[in-house]
Amino acid sequence: MATNTGLVTGVNGNMVTVVFDGDILLNEVGYILIGEERLKSEVIRISGNSASMQVFEMTNGVKVGDSVEFTGELLSVELGPGLLTQIYDGLQNPLPELAAQCGFFLQRGVYLQAIPDAQWEFTPVVKKGDTVSPGETLGTVPEGIFTHKIMVPFGFSDGAWKVVSIVKKGSYNVRSEVAVLEDEKGKKESVSMVFTWPIKRPITRYKERLKPTEPMITQVRIIDTFLPVAKGGTYCIPGPFGAGKTVLQQMTSRNADVDIVIVAACGERAGEVVETLKEFPELIDPKTGKTLMERTTIICNTSSMPVAAREASVYTAVTIGEYYRQMGLDVLLLADSTSRWAQAMREMSGRLEEIPGEEAFPAYLESTIASFYERAGIVRLKDGSTGSVTIGGTVSPAGGNFEEPVTQATLKVVGAFHGLSRERSDARKYPAIHPLDSWTKYSSVINQDKVSYARSILFRGNEVSQMMKVVGEEGTSLDDYTTYLKSDLLDSVYLQQNSFDPVDFAAPIERQQIVFDLLFEVLASELNLEDKKEARSYINEMRQAFIDWNNTPQDSERFGQYKDEISSALKSRFISYDKKAMKILQSNQVV
Amino acid sequence: MQKIYTKIDSISGNVISVKAENVRNGDLAVVTSKHGESLANVIKLNGENVTLQVFAGGRGVSTGDKVRFLGYPMRISYTEDLMGRVFNGSGIPRDNGPTLDENMIEIGGPSVNPAKRIIPRNMIRTGIPMIDVFNTLVESQKLPIFSVSGEPYNEVLARIAMQAEVDLIILGGMGLKYDDYLFFKDTLEASGAMSRTIFFVHTASDPTVECLLVPDISLAVAEKFALDGKKVLVLLTDMTNFADAMKEIAITMEQVPSNRGYPGDLYSSLASRYEKAVDFEGAGSVTILAVTTMPGDDVTHPVPDNTGYITEGQYYLKNSRIEPFGSLSRLKQQVNKDTRDDHRALMDGMIKLYASFKESVEKKSMGFQMSEWDDKLLKYGDLFESKLMDLSVNIPLEEALDLGWDILSDCFDPKETGMRSELVLTYWPKDN
Ligand SMILES: Nc1ncnc2c1ncn2[C@@H]1O[C@H](COP(=O)(O)OP(=O)(O)O)[C@@H](O)[C@H]1O
Ligand SMILES: [Mg+2]
Repeated sequence: MATNTGLVTGVNGNMVTVVFDGDILLNEVGYILIGEERLKSEVIRISGNSASMQVFEMTNGVKVGDSVEFTGELLSVELGPGLLTQIYDGLQNPLPELAAQCGFFLQRGVYLQAIPDAQWEFTPVVKKGDTVSPGETLGTVPEGIFTHKIMVPFGFSDGAWKVVSIVKKGSYNVRSEVAVLEDEKGKKESVSMVFTWPIKRPITRYKERLKPTEPMITQVRIIDTFLPVAKGGTYCIPGPFGAGKTVLQQMTSRNADVDIVIVAACGERAGEVVETLKEFPELIDPKTGKTLMERTTIICNTSSMPVAAREASVYTAVTIGEYYRQMGLDVLLLADSTSRWAQAMREMSGRLEEIPGEEAFPAYLESTIASFYERAGIVRLKDGSTGSVTIGGTVSPAGGNFEEPVTQATLKVVGAFHGLSRERSDARKYPAIHPLDSWTKYSSVINQDKVSYARSILFRGNEVSQMMKVVGEEGTSLDDYTTYLKSDLLDSVYLQQNSFDPVDFAAPIERQQIVFDLLFEVLASELNLEDKKEARSYINEMRQAFIDWNNTPQDSERFGQYKDEISSALKSRFISYDKKAMKILQSNQVV
Repeated sequence: MQKIYTKIDSISGNVISVKAENVRNGDLAVVTSKHGESLANVIKLNGENVTLQVFAGGRGVSTGDKVRFLGYPMRISYTEDLMGRVFNGSGIPRDNGPTLDENMIEIGGPSVNPAKRIIPRNMIRTGIPMIDVFNTLVESQKLPIFSVSGEPYNEVLARIAMQAEVDLIILGGMGLKYDDYLFFKDTLEASGAMSRTIFFVHTASDPTVECLLVPDISLAVAEKFALDGKKVLVLLTDMTNFADAMKEIAITMEQVPSNRGYPGDLYSSLASRYEKAVDFEGAGSVTILAVTTMPGDDVTHPVPDNTGYITEGQYYLKNSRIEPFGSLSRLKQQVNKDTRDDHRALMDGMIKLYASFKESVEKKSMGFQMSEWDDKLLKYGDLFESKLMDLSVNIPLEEALDLGWDILSDCFDPKETGMRSELVLTYWPKDN
């Protein structure tokens, strides 16, 4: 591949202009040489023999006339066994190794190998003479709890490749040759366990895309029951600062029912990632018995790290996600926050002096956001198995106003919207997902009719509460008042969930089923209540019992006892079921 | 010897440009005019055109003035002799003391590798219940005080600084009123803390560019002391002035504004400063408390808004009280699990009830009949405000927690509070 050189002609923040000879590619990587330091950069505009490059480092010390080396390669990541448990920056630089080499600070210009030079136990699944195509499996290695497939590099040309040679079962270095393949024209290529892939190009080495239907359980009640997300789907969490976006994602990264989690800490606080970094290697995943770290890769390009690398970081993350999807695994990508990524685009666009759109975001903001979320999906692979990438992104709207460009562009493309409300977080009602404004296109594991019924109580309760602001409690009928109390009960014992309680922080779906069924009965019952005072006091007791129940481990004796206590407290006041609810209950029994 | 350039091509606001060779981005220069000398630094290069921002401002600079490039970026002396001294934003003494030039360090250095950070673990006690109980301050936290102008934010800042057990205080003043500067100085002197304080002060009448340098210079020094094992508290007041100085330069540079005239990189610029807060494993720490005044009491104004997304919470100062709503310490859960087992539940429970109290107040103000429950809430709210929220209250955390239970039991039945039964059993005052 041709490599070219150039000379710096200008510096403006992290954008450097360069004159070059020969041919260069858009999105090609180049290095600016200042003394001993090499600053990684990407070509983002070419005109004539001048190129604009965004530099993934601070540019102090760069001067006109400094030389530039082009690599001929697009901005890419390394894919292969060893990606899990890693902590990378936005360009896949391993941060712990960097720390071991450079100490406390991020020294610019130091780029280390992304995939560690380890030995892996390789078992071939093809033999000499077989034909394979890109994305098909040549062999496997055990990566922690997963069978990691060593595949024909995705960048190989379409069509049949003949296996010229393949190594025997045994231990090999990740970068040593495991196979030689030959294409139809007789061109031979050596294959190791590692190959590269340009991050801005989706990996599509699968047979077909499917419709996301199977729910991805998060163990957050309000999500799984009311606002579910499907495997291979997309969702967004917009919310003002402090509303609980990050905590919600942290909980999801622990508890989600997927194989692999990619955490993309994109342009937000370093301290928050540190919690994940330090806690995951200690936390045991009850499903696998191994630490959570073994199913996790962290891409960490926090707010004070270079902005251009932040722009790249979400692509690095999704590319790694797509790679594991090719192995038939379910991957969840959590990006916090996509607004910082959008702002990184805005900064660059400003330096390129492009015509600004709304709030100075570039005109291509919407299409860029859409094509990013489009990389999620559940797919059928060439071997018939399925794999998925689910993407959940937080959005940090300026001023907490959802009308701004990033939120709006995101809402157009995602399958579920978990909008956080300042009002709810101020009142410490966590997770502060607004139960009425939020929506989903996916369906719940919990009986849909019961869920709709509960939602209608929330609506009605909200109406009554609005009305009470006008006519006062005294102007409200006992019936309406009871509905209001019921909706408040549903909110405080089911929608709200304490992320910092050792039991309540995760509600398995079976548990949600049990609690929701009983709560549904409470909501659906006409109760024998004398007056408002009695109604309030009765519902308060219920609330207390449910809260205590939520804080009780499911495998403890108390769990069943609470259930019985609540049931009998309900019986003591029960008159009859509401008509609509009666129908739901009956149609359920028929099954 | 450095070449001296004698032709300035353009002067616009605080930004000048000259044709020069071999100049590096970020490097310093000395601009000599008939009013004296000023430092300037390179902010843009385009072919032979070099753009600089002049620390003392562009006013009075003439096209024939001299520009001499120094070949290094902005630096400050790092020495124990900084203690008790007062400097301006360029690091020049404003206290008639000697100029310091040994052991020069660069400002605005690289950020800490996230993999080297540790989870914050030490509570900073302030004696203010709205902080200690409800929004605990933690060593290495970065936290602004959001305030309307006219609120006693500098008093609160000073009070926390006096109470906190730190080795060193660095005060970065931006657009500080001279009276406020004297207030800090007097307070620190009276408490004997002046000898472990360093001032970098830009007052309202000083040149804009110097305002821009204050956070970097303060934090560079703080970082060095922390690496040498010191617990450093950095007070920055007022960051809104800093942001406005950035805006001014951005507009002069004809950058496309993103939001109410502020540049698109406002978030990144603020973040690179605030993220200097850190706890170095095996060494000291940097904690940042900053004031962000909110123009028009509008928390959605770009400066408080971007700040809130960056910092680890905020104290919201309103009517001379730290408001429970809007105030947040994001690090509180790192430390409040080890204080007392009722701390978290009480913190959440009392705020939920206070929210209900606010609703009752609203109802009442609209002339509705108050139910028995409303009356209970009204009583609760009043007690909460007078006994816990008032800024004059100064009691240790444990005492404040006990007081919280007293207030609850004065007003409610246990089951009305939503508190877990086992906590009620332990902490509910018995004589009620
Ligand atoms: N589910 C929750 N349970 C309890 N507290 C929460 C929860 N979610 C958020 N919080 C509180 O709110 C604070 C801010 O949450 P965070 O997720 O960091 O907000 P955001 O990312 O939206 O700015 C947390 O530090 C915590 O104190
Ligand atoms: Mg967050």
